[in-house]
Amino acid sequence: MAFLTTVYAFLFYFAAFVLVAGLVFRIARYALTPAPLKIPTTPAPTTRGGVVLRMTREVVLFESLFRGNKWTWIFGWIFHFGLFIVTLRHLRYFIEPVWFPIQLVQPFGIYGGLAMIIGLAGLWARRFLVDRVRYISAPSDHLILALLILIGVSGLLVKFVFHTDVVAIKTFFLGLYAFEIRPLPADPLLLLHLLLVAMLMILFPYSKLLHAPGLFFSPSRNQADNPREQRHLAPWAKRLEQGRG
Amino acid sequence: MAKSAFRVPPLSQYTEVPAIMPGAMAQSAPFVSKAEFQEPLGFPGELVDDWQARAIAKMGELLGKYRSLRVYLDACVKCGACTDKCHYFLGTSDPRNMPVGRQDLLRKVYRRYFTWSGRLFPRLVGAEDLTREMLDDWYSYFHQCSQCRRCSVFCPLGIDTAEISMAAREILDSIGLGQKYCNEIIGKVYKVGNNLGLPGPALRHTLEGLEEDVYDDTGVRVRYPIDQEGAEILLVTPSADFFAEPHVDGLIGYGKVLHESGISWTLSSHASEAANFGMFIGSYDNMRQIALRIREAAIQLKVKRIVFGECGHAWRVAYSFLNTLAGPWDFLDPRYPVPQHICEFTYDLIQQGRLTFDKSLNDDKVLTYHDSCNVARASRMGDMPGGQFEIPRAIIRATCNHFHEMDEDTIRDRTFCCGGGGGLLTDDLIELRVKGAKPRMDALNNVMQEKGVTHMVAICAICKSQFTKVLPYYGMEMEQILSLHQLVSNAIVLTPGPDDEADEDDDDDQPDDDPDQE
Ligand code: SF4
Ligand code: SF4
Repeated sequence: MAFLTTVYAFLFYFAAFVLVAGLVFRIARYALTPAPLKIPTTPAPTTRGGVVLRMTREVVLFESLFRGNKWTWIFGWIFHFGLFIVTLRHLRYFIEPVWFPIQLVQPFGIYGGLAMIIGLAGLWARRFLVDRVRYISAPSDHLILALLILIGVSGLLVKFVFHTDVVAIKTFFLGLYAFEIRPLPADPLLLLHLLLVAMLMILFPYSKLLHAPGLFFSPSRNQADNPREQRHLAPWAKRLEQGRG
Repeated sequence: MAKSAFRVPPLSQYTEVPAIMPGAMAQSAPFVSKAEFQEPLGFPGELVDDWQARAIAKMGELLGKYRSLRVYLDACVKCGACTDKCHYFLGTSDPRNMPVGRQDLLRKVYRRYFTWSGRLFPRLVGAEDLTREMLDDWYSYFHQCSQCRRCSVFCPLGIDTAEISMAAREILDSIGLGQKYCNEIIGKVYKVGNNLGLPGPALRHTLEGLEEDVYDDTGVRVRYPIDQEGAEILLVTPSADFFAEPHVDGLIGYGKVLHESGISWTLSSHASEAANFGMFIGSYDNMRQIALRIREAAIQLKVKRIVFGECGHAWRVAYSFLNTLAGPWDFLDPRYPVPQHICEFTYDLIQQGRLTFDKSLNDDKVLTYHDSCNVARASRMGDMPGGQFEIPRAIIRATCNHFHEMDEDTIRDRTFCCGGGGGLLTDDLIELRVKGAKPRMDALNNVMQEKGVTHMVAICAICKSQFTKVLPYYGMEMEQILSLHQLVSNAIVLTPGPDDEADEDDDDDQPDDDPDQE
């Protein structure tokens, strides 16, 4: 088991590195690429404060998707909300002491897990049942759904059917902070769950999961509608101005 | 019904989402530009030998210049919310006309050459090489997008396929595979000053003719000045307004409103075009060069304000980009936004009670209003978000008694493009234009049946030309499409000047209507 523990320790170091470095790189590149023209989809808020509100509605409620397709919205929202709750619940494995709000979330985590799986199943069903969505789905779109569902199912099974030593898991992860390798319980299902999560972390910066940071950089949503009031000029466009009358 | 070599889709009460038919529009492509139209714009005359390498290099360059392109190519989650939103998909059933299907043509190549997953596992992530076949698909399907932004309204990530289409057309131009219609027109603007290639003398002649017509009609001398130095307002309007029906009736209307305002104004032969086709081909350089003509005209004529006539994509470039491309406008009167839309101008006068209308003069019509896509989703009028919807409607209500809205899924920011926007208003794309108009035709037909609507009003030169052309395909009359300022023109009560005949029997009568309700 010591060998497996070591493998997993390095796997998580690697996954965390790829996730963080990859995301930092991607986000830096989004942030550094100029948006030379004002292109908010109108009607759009005219102030920064209004933009923050619009963004919040997009992030929390998926407002545009709600207008676009009710089925995708309901499944998509259930999935993301479930994922959010589950993530909060899992924070207890990574922090000591456990913050009070995280303690409060604990009883709901299970429902979060179920919601995740229901939402994902609905989204996956659409990939088969709706001809338009089937047409646009690449193998990777199916695989990412499979990965997420497997993570959810294996997690719920660990919780309900094949119990594992959660205290040991927490000890393992807290140990990683101090570069100490402490034993991980050798339950196959737990190991599968962790392996899949590590895969997800590694895939994140190299797949469509980039939509999460991407949304914040989407010019059609994050720009204020004030082009007549404020001149907006990208650095590369400014260079064209030299020598102009 | 007009004869056609293709099947015109039958009208239905509500536009249904069709089952996909791959390849249904693969044959559609506009004429390729010739060297003589390419070179003045700074593009190679014909497809270059090393087009593949140069296209990839250009894509890399654009990825560094446009955050929209970079984020949109990465962020799509293939949720499908956009798949039934494009009028071209609804009218043609071709899945590559689903916004995401269209984006994927570029995205597959992006993934292949610019992402690790696409380099290592192309099949898995749907990445593809840039082959000649792919290039032809680009040319075909990126010329089946009118850059109307309807897809961007419903996308959870705000992905705007218009941005993708513009980038794709810029890449195509950069390797010598340009579109004749757009590039020839831009050349005319550089040479003559407007899309139609109408030189200064022709414009002056037309405008003199208009003055006579209006005088004959109303007994009031309304002026249509051009190149008048020292005028207060520079009016920039799409060149279609100078001669085609129903556009010209709109121009007559602007002149009457400006006449009543008492503010001096002028057109310019140098900037005799509001539309800016540089946007359609995604070329910042060309868009900027065209926009700078307006700056030059404003300086040369020493005007204080700039007002734009009725035109959709033109208003997008004017409202959203003009300050960026040709600003700052610090030499103009700071009390007014630069530029202003003629509707904002007319609306302000109505608010101030300075225009008098006899609404009954429009009583022979029952109206509905078509929100032009780029006005609706890429610009604004007035101070409030959504003013672009309210202000034109307020003008209609001030000038007409009978007005009905179309189905709410097809108006305001959910409006359907006319089917001819974005550089597609050319006869070589007529099949696409007719089919793409179906959602709008369905909604119009609906209010015609249920509310007795007789006419549809628009504030875009492309919409007006497109509808004039496609209405007959659907068994309707081309005259059913009107300019908004044509309604204004019909109903406005003109104030005679000192040299006008005092006692005309028509149109000078005092109105029996309250001028400024609203
Ligand atoms: S709505 Fe947006 S994210 Fe969804 S498939 Fe279309 S482009 Fe992609
Ligand atoms: S911008 Fe308009 S025409 Fe282009 S894909 Fe989107 S909905 Fe279709």
